[in-house]
Parts: sequence; C-alpha cells; structure tokens
Amino acid sequence: MFGDSVRAFGVVSFVFLISLAIAPAKNHFSEWRHYQHGYLKMIRNRSDAVTLQRHFQGGIQQIWLPELGVVDRCTSCHVGLKEASLNDVSMQPFRKHPAIPHQIDQFGCTVCHRGQGVATTVAEAHSSTLAWEQPILPAKYIESSCGECHRGPLPGAPQLNQGRHLLSSYGCVHCHTVKLPDGKILKATDNPPSLSHIADKTSREWIYAWLKDPQAYAATATMPNFKLSDDDARDMSGFLMANSTSLPGDAVTLSAKAASDPAAGASLYGESFCSSCHSVQNAAGNLVGGDVGPELTRVGSKVKPEWLQAWLRNPRVYHSETAMPHYRLSDPQVATLTGFLLAKSDSDLLANVHLEAATLEQIAHGKRLVSDYGCASCHEIAGIKKPENFAPELSRIGSKPVTQLIFLPGMQHTLPDYIATKIKQPRSFGQGLKMPQYTFTGPQIDSLATALLALNDRSFTLPPALTVAAKPESDYEPAGKAGKLMNDLACFSCHRINGHGGEMAPDLTWEGSSVQRQWLVEFLKNPNTLRPSLIRRMPRFNLTDADVNEITDYILTVYQSPTIDRDSLPLSGYPQGEVELGKQLFYGKYACQGCHIVDTKTDKGYIGPTLTKVGSRLTAAWIFQWMKNPQAVRPGTAEPNRAMSDEDARALTAFLISQKGGGKLEVAKK
Amino acid sequence: MISRSLIIVALLMAMVAASCSRKIASEPLLKPTAYGAAIIESSGGKQIAQTGSPTPQPLIVQVNDQQGNALAGALVEFSGASGVNFDPKNGLTDSSGQVTTNVTLGGMAGRYELTASTRDKAGKTVALKIEEIALGYQQTLGRQLNDQYCERCHNPESTVERVSNFDNLEIKPHPFTEGDTLNKLTDADLTAIINHGGPALNKSALMPAWGNTLSKADIQALVSYIRAISDPPSRDAGPVYAKN
Repeated sequence: MFGDSVRAFGVVSFVFLISLAIAPAKNHFSEWRHYQHGYLKMIRNRSDAVTLQRHFQGGIQQIWLPELGVVDRCTSCHVGLKEASLNDVSMQPFRKHPAIPHQIDQFGCTVCHRGQGVATTVAEAHSSTLAWEQPILPAKYIESSCGECHRGPLPGAPQLNQGRHLLSSYGCVHCHTVKLPDGKILKATDNPPSLSHIADKTSREWIYAWLKDPQAYAATATMPNFKLSDDDARDMSGFLMANSTSLPGDAVTLSAKAASDPAAGASLYGESFCSSCHSVQNAAGNLVGGDVGPELTRVGSKVKPEWLQAWLRNPRVYHSETAMPHYRLSDPQVATLTGFLLAKSDSDLLANVHLEAATLEQIAHGKRLVSDYGCASCHEIAGIKKPENFAPELSRIGSKPVTQLIFLPGMQHTLPDYIATKIKQPRSFGQGLKMPQYTFTGPQIDSLATALLALNDRSFTLPPALTVAAKPESDYEPAGKAGKLMNDLACFSCHRINGHGGEMAPDLTWEGSSVQRQWLVEFLKNPNTLRPSLIRRMPRFNLTDADVNEITDYILTVYQSPTIDRDSLPLSGYPQGEVELGKQLFYGKYACQGCHIVDTKTDKGYIGPTLTKVGSRLTAAWIFQWMKNPQAVRPGTAEPNRAMSDEDARALTAFLISQKGGGKLEVAKK
Repeated sequence: MISRSLIIVALLMAMVAASCSRKIASEPLLKPTAYGAAIIESSGGKQIAQTGSPTPQPLIVQVNDQQGNALAGALVEFSGASGVNFDPKNGLTDSSGQVTTNVTLGGMAGRYELTASTRDKAGKTVALKIEEIALGYQQTLGRQLNDQYCERCHNPESTVERVSNFDNLEIKPHPFTEGDTLNKLTDADLTAIINHGGPALNKSALMPAWGNTLSKADIQALVSYIRAISDPPSRDAGPVYAKN
C-alpha cells in the first residue's frame, strides 16, 4: 500500500515536471522558430548571404499601428518580405513581397490580407476557427482591401473598379441599399424603362417571353431571370398590359410609307452611327456595336411598328430621360429605318407563345406577383409604389459574421465564397427566395464580390485622414435654350462636360477655347471624320441653322478655359521662317507624323486626329497650350507632354495653323 | 498503475498526433478506357491573368495515340504550384481527344508552369508543360498604362475597337512580347527610352519621351509589365512557380 503511494507520488511528480516543461518546449518547437531556422539555412549559401543575415532579426517580430488597429506578427515567419534580392525565391514563407505602392512598416499585413495578425502559428494566423473570425483573404479578392481606404476608381485595381461599376450598372442597388462609408447612397446607372405605357411599345406575347427568359431575346440583356412559372408569367404580362395607359404621340402616321429598302436602311443605320450605342449579332454570332443602348438583334419581334416610328422621330416623347438622341430624322428616313429594324426579327422567339385574353383574377394575381417580386424597385409602374428596403442592405456586408450565414453543403465556410455563390446561384439557398438569376461571368462575380468585401467595418471606422475620397460626382447641366437642345440631342450620353457625361467622345469642358467658330458650325451641321481609326463617331442630327448657331454660341462663350485666351494668338500671318522651323520640328525632333497626318501623301499615323485642316479647326492659342502641356488642357489624353520650350511650341503652332486644307483632297478612301 | 498512466499518456499523444495530421480529401479517380502516346496543347497556354484569378480562356489539351490521331477516353490530370486551381482537376478525353479545364492562377505574380499528364500503355507518364502569366499589382498597373499609351503602336494586332498604328510607322516598334530583343535591354535602358524617348538610346524619334506624362512609378510599372509578358521569358521576371 505504502509502496504504491510512493510510486504514485513518483509518477505524479514526473507528470508534473513534464507539464512544467511544456511551456518552454512549446516555445522552443514553435513554428516561427522552425521557419526562422529554415530561412537562415536557405540564405547560408547564397551570394547575398551577408546582407541578408545582417537584415535578419530573430524572435517574434511585430508591426504595431494603433491608428489602424494593426498588431501584425506575420513577419516572424515571413522573414524575407522586404528583401529585394530574394526575387528568385518561390518558396513560402520566404518570398519577397511583390511591389505595391505602400510600405509594409506603415500598413502592416492584415490591412490588406486580413487574417489574424497577433497569431503566431500558421493555422491561427491564416484560417478561420470559431474564435478567429477573419481568415486570410484569397488572392483573387485582394483588391477589396484597396477599396477600404480608396473610395474612388483606382488605377492598378481593375477588379475593384469593375465591381463597383457593376453594382450600379446592373442595378443591384435598386433593391439592395448600399450606404457608402462617406455617407452617400450608391446610385444605379442602368435606367430601366418605365412600364406604365408598355402596351404602346410591345405585345403581351413579347412581355411573356421576356419575363420567362430575357436572355433568349438578347444575350446582352441585364434584366435577370426570375425563373417564373408559365402561369405566373402569363398573369404578370396580363397585368402589365391591363395596367398600361396610352401616351399621346406614341403612334405617328408618317407622310411616307414604311419602306423595306434593306440597302438604304443599312446605310442610314451606319451613317447615323447607331452602332456606337446599339449592338447587333452578325452572321457569325458575334456582337457588333456598343452597349449604351439595348441590343437590336431581334428588335423586330419586340416593338410595334407605330411605336418604333414615333420613337425614331423623337424618343423623348416616350422616355424623357433616355440616352438616345433626338435625331430629327425626316419622315422618309424614319420609314426607311423602321423597315430596316423591323426586319431584324426572330420567328422562333414568340412561336410557342399563345395567350388567351387575361381574366380579372389573372390580372389581380399578376399585380400581386409584380409587387411581390419587387418589379417596381427598378421599373416605374403606374399604381405600384417603389418598395423601400426590398432586399437586405449591403452597406457592411464585408464584415458579416460567418456564424450568421447559411452555407450550402460542400461550400467553403468563408464570407467571400458565400458572397460569390450567392451572386452566382441565388435561388439555391432556399425555397421562396426572390433574388433573380443574373448572367454574370466568373470574372464579373469575382469583381462584384471584391467590391462588396470592401464595404466592411474598417472602411466605416477609418479615421477620415487615412481615406482617399472619391471625386464628387457632378450633376452639371447646361442652361437655357442651348442647354435644352443639348439634352434633346443627348450630348451627355457620349461627351463629358464639367465632370458630367459619358466617356465615348472627347471631353468638351474647354471646347470654347479650342475651336474656331466656322469649323464648329460646319461640324455640327455635317460632322466629318477627325480620327479615321475610330469606329464610333459623331452622328448627324439634321439641325436647323438656328439650332446650330444657338449651340455654337453657347459652347464658344460658356466652355472657355480660364487659362487660355482664344484670341491671344493670331490665326495667320506667322513669318515663313517660323512655319518652316515648325515643320522641321514636326517631322524631326518630335516625329509627330507617327500619330498624325498633315500631308496625306507621306504621313500615315492615325492615332491622333488628322491635321490636314487643323488651321481651320483649332485656335492658335489652344494649339500653343496643347503643345506646352496636353494633359493640363485635357486630362488623360494619350498625347505625351514633351515639355517644349516656348519657341518650339510657337513654331509648331505657326506650322499647324498654316494647315488650312484649302483645296487639298481628303484622305483617299479605299 | 504505471501501465495505466502510460496508456493515458500514449492516448493523449495519439490524440495530439491525430489532431495535428491533415485530412486529405481524396477525389474519386476516373477510369481511363484508352492510353495515349502523346499530349499536346490545343489552346489556353501563355495567357495573362491577374494573380489569384482565372485565365480568360480555359486550357484545352489533346491526347494523341501513336499514329498521332486524337484519342478518346484517356485520363488527363492537371497539376501546378500550390495556389493554382483546376476545375476539373482531371478528366477523360472526349470524342475529339480533348479535355478542357478552367485554370485559376496562384497569388504570386510571375510565370506558372502547369503540367497536364496522361499515361501511356506501359503505364509511363507522358507530360506536357504549359506556361501562364500572373500579373501582380505593379504589372496590372503597367498593363493599364500600356493599353492607354503604348499598345496602339507596339501591338501589331488590330481589334474591332482599336486599330493598330504599327503598319503606319516607318521604323517598327518592338512588340512587348519580343523577348529576344527586349531581354537584352536592362531595366535602366528601358526606363531611359520611356523617359526620354527613342533618341536617348540612338533609336527612332517616333518613340516619344513620356517622362513628363508618366510618373516614375508608372514607368516602373510599365517595365515590370514588359518583363512579365516577354517571350522568351525575361530573367528579371522572377521565379517560375511550378510543382516541386
């Protein structure tokens, strides 16, 4: 008995001693020590060993940044992050950090990569467990961390930029409120059409087919698929037709008859540069054209001929905010274009759609469905109010705790995976969910997830001094009669002025300092080609002389740069010697002919505008300032700043302003 | 008593050992019905993507038999450095002898060497190496600048949206993939040409000076992009990530 107790005492003491030794042993065998040994072994035989060894510091390393809430010990194992000479090492954790615009000492690691900065083991630092909510961010979403501080578009982070753009352009924010860290509400830019007068525009059969599968009508359609049953689509189409009221002016009788002259139609479609905004599938199945307006491949199966005529005549009657310009087409032109567009039809689209007249019950049921699915979140529908907070707010989605998420079987239990899967297949998360199926590509889903992950607690709690604010959006509108005209012509769909408008065509903010009056008048009447390589060009609007003068006067007086006095340099009368010097500089020192054409016989460059008649187009003052610093007068232009002396700039101005194009032939067409 | 405590200690150690070991999920292997002699790339090599992102096009490889005819039913397995993902990881060739997989590149910028392998009749592995390029922050910024300022002249290919100016230039610029020439220039040379224009290195004045338009960081980014996409690869582009 006694002997047993002694033995027991011995065993207990032994166990006690062992357990006392655990703490120092754990430290001795810790992962970071193992990696530091590995690092020293790796660098031992390198030619740069001495430098690397001098930089090496043993023990637990820590970056502490109280302002950012960063306590990062990652550099205990990732020892070579700052060693430029480790460029050839591919083994982790010893790789050099790739070049980024920030210093590791100033930002730490977890600000960008997330994970647990204070942890000192691989698993705890990288992976999520119940106690550690923030796993390492997969590399493909890394740009989301840029977005925590950088609130505007950021060069070098295309995925973040695209994701933010998609949130607006696909109308996600119609249903999901997104309050940005700077307090603004993210606005949609997709401008879905009103459905209050839909019966004027299209048939119930088309609405039915569209509701069932929008992409069957147009592969590029951004309208999502609500996976409606036949009956539901029948009732909703019935309601939308019954609810529609007719708009006076939605059907016009033309003096000319709808003509089916495909050749004339095609050439009018081309001349009007419809394809700058609208795309059409060609015979090979490729889309040709822009994406500002809807795809027109099957438009003949959609619209009513009377409506199309009225629309082509003046789209603002049906939709006052449309991006489509009011072309001022003549009746015969409208007839030709109508015939041409109606021929773009697909007999299969509506072949199997046979709908009986809708009953009152069906219409009532359709109305209920239209409210339930939140159609009015995006579309204006008479009699149905736009629902408030129709879908969950996404303002801080990037910090949603994993414990609050419901995952699908087989899914990785991480927030990025949840967001990406939710966008990819929203209905798979349960019965009765309303979020429709979008047709995003894989990269689009990744970029959306990136943008959403940037909306997290850190982005909201950062001290304002550490953030880089977005450029405030401009809601500039031109004033007066000319302003009305410019809106009617939808100038802002392509041109940007004072920060407002599209990016397809040149920024016109300083156009008043740039061009000569006579040229602008001629151009507005009959836009000719300045840049032969562009496929998107300024269309002709059949403007009256009075309208042209109105717009010209407005542009020349209002859009003047404060730094360029348009009358400060003469348009002619430069000494011949200066013109000759300019010519030498043009072809020699600055080799401008690489991108521009002055003499159509010898010059071939066509990146920049053709300059054969530049002396009749631009003001000398503008040319001079442009030579001095092109980016100062038009930010983002591809013309390099050559830091020219005043003498060179003046000589080039003299040479260019002498290019009046008098009598010379245009670029020969092939 | 001793034996009991020993058992407890042993059990504890076993538990610790068990919790430390990683579980390896095993995928059900496909059964090949044919064995090829060679494996070739159909498409999808030498693509450019951002780190951690899928390549724009899927990777398609083809298995041929000894006569060089496409072979259906052969098993192809894909592998790459850690961080590279294949969807699917393996597959049987279809009736045209091909297997298609979607590739996601790893988190580090650089070249990724991928392997597609199949077995021949003798059970020997026949492998094909394919390279893809992953762009990090700096190279991505460089690519953006390239698209904005350089590509119109330096890329001879025209697209619907962008007509190339290459053919119009009397002295032809070097496409950035032209490793044979560009790899001979040091970073300092490239930087000087971009900064001060072609004449800085006795080259054509058709290459203008960009030093007043682009920042130092921009030019660095451009150089790193040019290094990243050059073919044959530049030595400055860093390590090749491959399966060890």
